[in-house]
Amino acid sequence: MVKEIENAGIPVVHLCTVTPISMTVGANRIVPTVAIPYPLGKPDLEPKDEYELRRQLVGKALDALTQEVTEQTLFD
Amino acid sequence: MSQYKVVHYINQFFGQVGSEEMADYPAEKREGPVGPGIAFTMAFGDQAVITATIVCGDSWYNENLDLAKKTVLDMVREEKPDLFIAGPAFNAGRYGVACGSIADAVQTELGIPAVTGMYVENPGADMYREKVYIVATGDNAAGMRRVVPVMAGLGLKLVKRQEIGASIEEGYLPNGVRKNFFDQKRGSLRAIEMLLNKLHDKPFVTEYPMPSYDRVPPGPAIRDLSRASIALVTSGGIVPKGNPDHIESSSATRYGSYHIAGVDDLTSETYETAHGGYDPVYANQDADRIVPVDVLRQFEKEGKIGKLHDWFYSTVGNGTSVASSKRFAMEITEKLLAQGVDAVILTST
Repeated sequence: MVKEIENAGIPVVHLCTVTPISMTVGANRIVPTVAIPYPLGKPDLEPKDEYELRRQLVGKALDALTQEVTEQTLFD
Repeated sequence: MSQYKVVHYINQFFGQVGSEEMADYPAEKREGPVGPGIAFTMAFGDQAVITATIVCGDSWYNENLDLAKKTVLDMVREEKPDLFIAGPAFNAGRYGVACGSIADAVQTELGIPAVTGMYVENPGADMYREKVYIVATGDNAAGMRRVVPVMAGLGLKLVKRQEIGASIEEGYLPNGVRKNFFDQKRGSLRAIEMLLNKLHDKPFVTEYPMPSYDRVPPGPAIRDLSRASIALVTSGGIVPKGNPDHIESSSATRYGSYHIAGVDDLTSETYETAHGGYDPVYANQDADRIVPVDVLRQFEKEGKIGKLHDWFYSTVGNGTSVASSKRFAMEITEKLLAQGVDAVILTST
């Protein structure tokens, strides 16, 4: 799906936990996330801290979208 | 006669530990064959015996790749086997990646031959087909009976250092290795036959498949986020409660478009996951953990982004075919373009 959307010229940032799969599939902007069942959360944190963590990860994804890349890039 | 010693790697499901709720199960070594190991034992006959089985949760392996690889390698090393078998994983993505990763590590780090098995669309297949022998399987475990003897036979050949034939003869996924041989017919004859078949719409097999460079150039960077419309897309199966579009929990044939204008937060009362390939507890508690509407809405209010697109698009990426995924994405892309979306955040579980 990442490739199909990006092929239309819309930049895509892929947020996922198993980044080697994302590399194989061909995503160009990749941000590693927390865990498979909760990529953008951490259930053992206080809700406020969990929100903060998600805010930080989504912020990183937005930053990735503002950067030109010429090859597959992991924004760690 | 002495029997070859085999160690078998399987996931928590085939190890009968549990399904997704047990996917965090750390690697554990058991004596003798377990689950599909019984079928392998029969296929090996008196030539080889499974001395130990390693059972490991798919999420545990994939979320802790380095630690998991080391833990399982240590377990294999203790057994001093002659052969290592992993899976088969069919079309289970995390399982396939784990099988490929550990089979590759056992070969390169312990010098023990390894065989695994999976479906050609399993992400583990492209990642590891050039490194380990991956026997081609169907996309679900119904094919177990057919594939086990193929894996066992190939494994025994490797142990005995017998010559391994071409992928089409042995049943493994092409690994890029070419073998020279003398054909009965010279090249010009074969080429003419192929051409005639092609002209008559008859089947023919190329002798030199063109490499498929399945890459897409990166989209241009967003110049000004504060004016950009950002859309959320997910393969994590988040849907309004009740799953109105009946998206399947695996091998999805549908996706959904869900209106979120005015929605600030996805709650357990309003959204859930339809995905059958991971433990749904955390997504059902708070779907923002997969589709972060809450944070993006806040960014929109703060002016960091211009707009959170009024719709999010969701399907279940669980054994879903590449063809279906492509179709969903083409339709989604049309909508995104029509509505002037500038960039996409795509989340996967």
